[in-house]
Amino acid sequence: MSKFVIEAVNITKVLGSGASQVKALDGVNLSLRTGELVLLMGPSGCGKTTLLSVLGCMLSPTQGVVRLSGHLTSRLGPEQLAKLRREYLGFVFQSYHLFPTLSALDNVRLTLDVRRERSKQATVKAKNALSIVNIAHKAELYPQELSTGEQQRVAIARSIVGGAAMLLADEPTAALDSANGHSIMTVLSRMARDFSRGVLVVTHDPRILPFADRIIRMEDGRIVGEERGLRHANELH
Amino acid sequence: MSLSFKLALRNLLHDRLRLIATIVGIVFSIVLVTVQVGVFVSFQRMATTMIDHASADLWVVPLGTKTFEDTTLLDDRIRLRALSVDGIAGAVPLVIGSAPWRLPNGGTTPIFVVGSDLKAAGLHPWNIVEGSLEMLEAGNAAAVDQLYFKRLGVSQLGDSGEIRGQKARVTLITKGIRSFMMPYVFTSLETARSYVGIEPAKATFFLLHLAPEADVENVRREVRAAISDAEVLIPDEFRSRSRNFWLFETGAGGALFIGVLLGVIVGTVIVAQTLYSSTKEHFSEFATLRAIGASSRYIYKVIIFQALISAVIGFSLATCVSLIIVKVTTDTPLPIVLTPLTILALFLLTVSMCVLSAISSIVQVMKIDPVVAFAR
Repeated sequence: MSKFVIEAVNITKVLGSGASQVKALDGVNLSLRTGELVLLMGPSGCGKTTLLSVLGCMLSPTQGVVRLSGHLTSRLGPEQLAKLRREYLGFVFQSYHLFPTLSALDNVRLTLDVRRERSKQATVKAKNALSIVNIAHKAELYPQELSTGEQQRVAIARSIVGGAAMLLADEPTAALDSANGHSIMTVLSRMARDFSRGVLVVTHDPRILPFADRIIRMEDGRIVGEERGLRHANELH
Repeated sequence: MSLSFKLALRNLLHDRLRLIATIVGIVFSIVLVTVQVGVFVSFQRMATTMIDHASADLWVVPLGTKTFEDTTLLDDRIRLRALSVDGIAGAVPLVIGSAPWRLPNGGTTPIFVVGSDLKAAGLHPWNIVEGSLEMLEAGNAAAVDQLYFKRLGVSQLGDSGEIRGQKARVTLITKGIRSFMMPYVFTSLETARSYVGIEPAKATFFLLHLAPEADVENVRREVRAAISDAEVLIPDEFRSRSRNFWLFETGAGGALFIGVLLGVIVGTVIVAQTLYSSTKEHFSEFATLRAIGASSRYIYKVIIFQALISAVIGFSLATCVSLIIVKVTTDTPLPIVLTPLTILALFLLTVSMCVLSAISSIVQVMKIDPVVAFAR
């Protein structure tokens, strides 16, 4: 039985104060195991990104507990949370957030640089990460010289290069055509299956449903449903 | 090259116009500061140049003398009393005083007459380019500096002017003996007394020479005891008094200090403004760095690197401009003096200024919420 890489218990997050106070998350329970790819779906404003931010140690929950690779995140300061992020988490952002002034290779190396890995080995690791996402041949190009699909691959390489146990992806296929979206999801799926990472993907995109082990649906800050994904079914089959 | 340094450098080069604005700001500021400091050093040297070039172990000066240019007189009896002290080998009178120099074309300009016994070790002109000390012993002979030819209406040996109705013929020419008040004109002791209009038994200072093996402090104590109506100073004390008077009591130093302060403020504000706008433009990148786990220190390092790169480029260009200014002013009455120590101090000032400028950017970055990376 694979172990839990992330567990969120009874998470409540209240945003704002006074009359403008909003309960963005309301008693959310969620856990992910290594090797599992989970899709988090729901209408806009239902709290998906807030949940992603809480799980990603960027927002502290108002109530509840998050345990990341066995570490409790509550009561940690900003620097300790940053340390957890760099050690256990990889992020894939909707708009990639690559550094336009750095080459693809340097963008990937950056994840290692913030972890003080600056040896030649770090460059080798970064090149390997680019190879995994099939973009090693464009390592020296700058983001603006890459297509959107290629940029997203570089962003994924950046998220996996540090050996993060958990990948959090926010709408990774939103700006991609169907072929590129499929290709990106194949990569994320490989990360889960071949590299035993936990992968949580926030999405609106029904095209990627076949890649999911589980699909969690949210509404109004709550988890309202959970179903087995096709990937799970296929593997059973 | 470290990646944080690379990122800082690329961030700067990414917007060349802003980089140019930053560099211009630093260059402007540092050149302004360099000129002020250069004038200060020049002023400081000029304030003590006569004391530096006089041959004296001790100076006997009128009570309350603040500077070499103080023209209160001492009686020759003081010199004799000083000479009676054990350990004093010689006491040389020195006469100084201001006087009007009448130009050949009729106008007048104030000068500072300096006269001492040319056969004794006193205060003689140095950096001689034409003529000789012997030629200065002739009656009404005067030594002038090339820098003041135009002001004195002379241009070569043999030219003459008039001091208090007496002829003054140029028999010696020096190079680089500057004064921030009026040109120095060297002459013999007797001629100086005559030009300044003082009695033969009077002098402005007495330069004391010690016998070999004599201890300066012991002798000074004894000379002080022998002459209560004058002060006895070692050259360093006199230098310090003169420097303090001209730089601080006259307000000249304050004015220069304000110039330096203005330069630093202008530079800091310009660099802070451009760094701040650069940080703002790269805000989402800093948020991404924070999101992928960069520590605050890592992000500060990127900003500080940006400030330091700007400082190094700006300082290098400012030094080039300053060296040109130094070269251009070398042969003027007020040269800008740039010493290695000044250059080092200016470099440290530039770095401090740029790092200080980074504070506003760092304060801004401290507020970055990594969750912004998801929101954009």
